[in-house]
Amino acid sequence: MGILDFANPTRFMKLTQLVLPWLVGLCAIAFAVGLYMSFFVAPEDYQQGDTVRIMYIHVPAAWLAMMCYSIMAISSLGTLVWKHPLADVSAKCAAPIGAAFTFISLVTGSLWGKPMWGTYWVWDARLTSVLVLFIMYLGLMALWRTMEDPIKAGKAAAILTLVGALNLPIIKFSVDWWNTLHQPASVMRMDGPTIHPDILLPLAVMAVAFTLLFFVIHLMAMRNEILRRRVRTLRLRAASAARPAGGSATLQPAE
Amino acid sequence: MDRGDRRVFAGLSFSLESGNALVVTGPNGVGKSSLLRTLAGLVSLSEGSLNLEGGQSERSVAEHTHYFGHQSAVKPALSVKENLAFWRDFTAPAHVSNFDPKEYGAQDILEDLGIGHTSELPAAYLSAGQTRRLAVARLFVSPRPIWLLDEPTSALDANSEAQLIDLMNDHLRRGGMIVTATHTPLSLSPLQSLRLEALSIEDLAPLEEIG
Amino acid sequence: MSSWALSLFQRELRLAVRVGGGALVGVLFFLAVVTVIPFGVGPDLNLLARIGPAILWIGALLATLLGLDRLFQADRDDGSLDLILMAGRPLELVVLIKCLAHWMATGLPLVAAAPVLAIFLNLEPTAIGAVTLTLAAGTPALTLIGAIGASLTVTLRRGGLLLAVLVIPLTIPVLIFGVSAADAAVNDPVPFMTPFLILCSLSLISLVVGPFASAAALRFSSD
Repeated sequence: MGILDFANPTRFMKLTQLVLPWLVGLCAIAFAVGLYMSFFVAPEDYQQGDTVRIMYIHVPAAWLAMMCYSIMAISSLGTLVWKHPLADVSAKCAAPIGAAFTFISLVTGSLWGKPMWGTYWVWDARLTSVLVLFIMYLGLMALWRTMEDPIKAGKAAAILTLVGALNLPIIKFSVDWWNTLHQPASVMRMDGPTIHPDILLPLAVMAVAFTLLFFVIHLMAMRNEILRRRVRTLRLRAASAARPAGGSATLQPAE
Repeated sequence: MDRGDRRVFAGLSFSLESGNALVVTGPNGVGKSSLLRTLAGLVSLSEGSLNLEGGQSERSVAEHTHYFGHQSAVKPALSVKENLAFWRDFTAPAHVSNFDPKEYGAQDILEDLGIGHTSELPAAYLSAGQTRRLAVARLFVSPRPIWLLDEPTSALDANSEAQLIDLMNDHLRRGGMIVTATHTPLSLSPLQSLRLEALSIEDLAPLEEIG
Repeated sequence: MSSWALSLFQRELRLAVRVGGGALVGVLFFLAVVTVIPFGVGPDLNLLARIGPAILWIGALLATLLGLDRLFQADRDDGSLDLILMAGRPLELVVLIKCLAHWMATGLPLVAAAPVLAIFLNLEPTAIGAVTLTLAAGTPALTLIGAIGASLTVTLRRGGLLLAVLVIPLTIPVLIFGVSAADAAVNDPVPFMTPFLILCSLSLISLVVGPFASAAALRFSSD
């Protein structure tokens, strides 16, 4: 079964209906285990104390913020190159989720920053890049909202997503460069070069839990979007029933 | 053919010989303009194809056509001559075997259309009818065999309308083709007509395919 | 340059100069932004000299972006865009030429105005030269990246603000290296050429990406 078999939205709806309860269950278990491990099993940091536990939310959220953009970029390729009917539904639904995870990672980052740096916000290279990513997500969502026709909006957003995907590494590089230029000595690193397994394991479980959460929300949002588009089509048809639209043709030679 | 997420046509098929005109008629909103925009390559086909026999193979069908829509594409800030000269230089001409266009200079066609005296003026000073005639002039300075005319005679008085119809008939005699959507009958010959009817509900895309 | 390209270039330049004061409004906006900043941060000349290149760059960025919303919209409003799409000319080149003409009419005057405005900000002669040079190398990139936003928002009636929101994140690298190069000429934490060459490479990248993305967006917009 290739990816094109999911091209039919009806088949997609049936399949996701089957898969979703299992995904929800898995996600709940992963969160239960992950949260237990990060609160009770993982050791506290000898310097930061319990605040280090913010990491178990912050790092997976940041990871998802980036994964979500990759999924949007792949979906955009799907829209523009393979013209897959579900691709732009997928991209459109991923954007708000990505924005939410980016927001969580910004908030947890600044909450973590308060005890570490003594202030909620530092123009640290990572935080700054994530902030730029956040603005890009919001811009894409604004583009989707302002365009009336979902197909056109999808294509426009796909182009912007891909340009953004090309640009993100450049932005990351320039922000890093800018950061080292302005504060050469005091570069804070949130995670050391080596991570102890006691920390790594809960972190990995939390990352899995967040990824599952993403897929659950993403699939649910896609189902909603498909239904929303069907409603829109039915309304358009209701409008055109009153006034004939569309055409079939008869060709007749003139006398 | 789909317009955004709205299906406009299904099962439409016709052919047109060189030297013939096709008048597209039908009720409002049936998709006459959309048909012309599709032929002009501005709206893509969801199914089906367009073919031009004897056309330049390296060019698309749309690049053999002149599209003349409701908007005049005239820049008020440029002079009449500058407006016309731009479209002459910018639009790639298309030469096909059995189409023999008359060579018009920019000034000649302006004279023929009765706006020769305005050529040095900024187009902002033209009346609606004069602007329309300037837009028509574009079809003559860069030869292309197929003309797609959407309500070509709107905003024209009886005199200029007759003049335009003469020019259109001349284009047909030289082996050109015209597809036009109109409410007013035009005395073109030879003439074929295509009537667009309302689409029945069975022809619409099944709901299951809408994502 | 072939004749159609030259013809398009002339038309764009004429329109830019004749319609709505063209270049002048952009420069006036630039002047207004630069003037308003000392009222915000105070008239401390040392401070102004330190942040001067940044002020000039941000002013030029905003002036460029705000002037871009009509780049394709004016042609769409009167039907010219349809004809341009079916003219049989490579759309990527058409976009590039339009951007070039737009930059000549609005970007170049900003570059020319920068040395004058730099005097208000107490910049040293080397810094003035460096800022002008970086603006000359970097503003084409702003126009080309902005063209992507302009073609994405071409169908929207009030697309100007959205254009700026969409484009500003993409212009951050240009801003960073432009300002860094201008700073480096005076303060030398790094040699001037390092950020300046990166800035030039960003302009070259946008020379490719801008027209392609923008042409793709324009093709979809007519649908």
